Amino acid sequence: MSLRVEKPGLHTTVQDLGRSGWRKDALAEGGAMDRYALRVANLLVGNDEGAAGLELTLIGPVFVAETDLLLAVCGAYMTPHVNGDELPMWRPVWISAGARISFGTAVDGCRAYVAVAGGGIGTAPVLGSRSTDTRAGIGGIAGRALRAADVLPCGSMEAAPAWRAAISWSRRNGWAAPGWFAPPVAYGGGAADGIELRAMPGAEFGRLREAAKAALFRERYHVAPASDRMGVRLAGPPLELDDAAEMLSHGVVPGTVQVPHGGAPIVLAADCQTTGGYPKAAHVITADLALLAQAKPGDRIRFREVSLLEAQQIYFALEQSMRHLAAGIQLRLSYNGST
Amino acid sequence: MLPQIAIEPLGDRALVVKRTGVFVHSDTKAMADMADLLRAAGASWLTDLVPAIDTLTVVYDPLAVMQRVSAGLVTSNTGEAVAEDHRMMKSRSGTEADMGDERLSPYRAAELEVRRMLADAVSHRTRKPRTVVIPVRYGGIDGPDLPEAAKRSGLSEEAFIALHTSVEYEVAMIGFMPGFPYLMGLPAAIFQPRLTSPRRSVPAGSVGIGGSQTGIYPLETPGGWRLIGRTQMRLFDPARDEPSLLRAGDKLRFVRIGRRDLEAGEDTP
Repeated sequence: MSLRVEKPGLHTTVQDLGRSGWRKDALAEGGAMDRYALRVANLLVGNDEGAAGLELTLIGPVFVAETDLLLAVCGAYMTPHVNGDELPMWRPVWISAGARISFGTAVDGCRAYVAVAGGGIGTAPVLGSRSTDTRAGIGGIAGRALRAADVLPCGSMEAAPAWRAAISWSRRNGWAAPGWFAPPVAYGGGAADGIELRAMPGAEFGRLREAAKAALFRERYHVAPASDRMGVRLAGPPLELDDAAEMLSHGVVPGTVQVPHGGAPIVLAADCQTTGGYPKAAHVITADLALLAQAKPGDRIRFREVSLLEAQQIYFALEQSMRHLAAGIQLRLSYNGST
Repeated sequence: MLPQIAIEPLGDRALVVKRTGVFVHSDTKAMADMADLLRAAGASWLTDLVPAIDTLTVVYDPLAVMQRVSAGLVTSNTGEAVAEDHRMMKSRSGTEADMGDERLSPYRAAELEVRRMLADAVSHRTRKPRTVVIPVRYGGIDGPDLPEAAKRSGLSEEAFIALHTSVEYEVAMIGFMPGFPYLMGLPAAIFQPRLTSPRRSVPAGSVGIGGSQTGIYPLETPGGWRLIGRTQMRLFDPARDEPSLLRAGDKLRFVRIGRRDLEAGEDTP
């Protein structure tokens, strides 16, 4: 079972939920930027939610199915098509061998995720994860983004629990999908009001000037083009610090909002360095890192302040709803796909 | 001996263990030792550890911590901790999250667990530091900044190299990129300012000086330190059980090797 890359897109990588436990060696945790979208895509094809899928960025790839496949696309809307028909998102889709799956430019959101049934993309795990870390040069295919003519191994579809469900879907033009779907997410990046990210003040919040303290949770920031999987750079009113004291480098995590001396904040993301020395003005809550992942250059974002306790409660609520969603999808798939 | 510590949050799934009081040189090893002790304890809720120069960052799984709380396994002075939670967790805007009065927050539970594990482990034997020797070919194409650096320090290249190889360094932390050691102990006479604009590409194995620190680039990367030499030792290899050659607390010496020694091991002409 496999998928051949015809055009690679801007930056398409194999990602799962990351490799933890190696920060002592300065290896990033990595993994999908929008973990929610990858997890839902995996559930929709009957995989473990942490199976490896593909992360598409801004401009999507073109694939050819070398065998029959069952896949799901979640996350950013990148005008997915199969054999020229619009490919429905947020649901499992059966695709026949030889079908052409193509993506365009991201319309809403920044990153889309493709999960394939049978356990996901079967590239070799490195240090416990299949995630591509381009900086360390490990994971995925040779530690790099996909190129034309790459072939992605996929698990055996027939063994996948969702495979049987697909039999009852009506097929046309080389593909089939059920009428049901997981609730899609709209990212609203283009909106004037911007994407709201909830954040808690960081350890050096107190070192911001009074005006900057107020600005951080009030102003709109633009996502700058230099943003990548290491960090989302923001442009907007500069955040001035009261003092320029240098700190010894210390641990940082995805979500940490650093303020370099120029005052333009950087929100660290999935592939962020393990240590840093810039003042930490805030931390985007874990539950909202999926929204951060979907902010594309030019989009506006704003921060809303929450406490640490609220952040952890929101995280718990999200995981709870994820469990309900997983149970609902499993029920659908085991009902032999009847809509 | 472990130093006196304070713990504070770093976002909603990490916390920072800090030394209270003044930083002393031996804290670096203490942070690495604490990381070893916590790793050895093998707690399921503990996701990752970042020992740094004067801090230790602990990444945790809030759900897994609360499973321990629910199972009644987090028991230290709970009443006081809950009260502290309420003081500290209140957001600045004054809205208070609604949480059962009796239950610890995931953060507080993780903090208590880290304190307990460290206290349990105080008598635990911590590992002995190793001394690692790094052969380096100095100058030439391997250390393109050596002539300028030596000039800036008012030394001959020979004297500069002699100083760089004269001391035993300590690995303060692994940071910046996989396997990259920050080394402490550089003689002040050969401190070098960072490049005003970083190189787009530094070859793997390059030995550099950035301010008062020296280090080795394990992989090809952009970088802003002055390059004085290069080693063939593989500092990072994902195929090894321990991918990083070095760990915080290790001792390190540089030894100079001649051009021919290195060429013998090179694939390229």
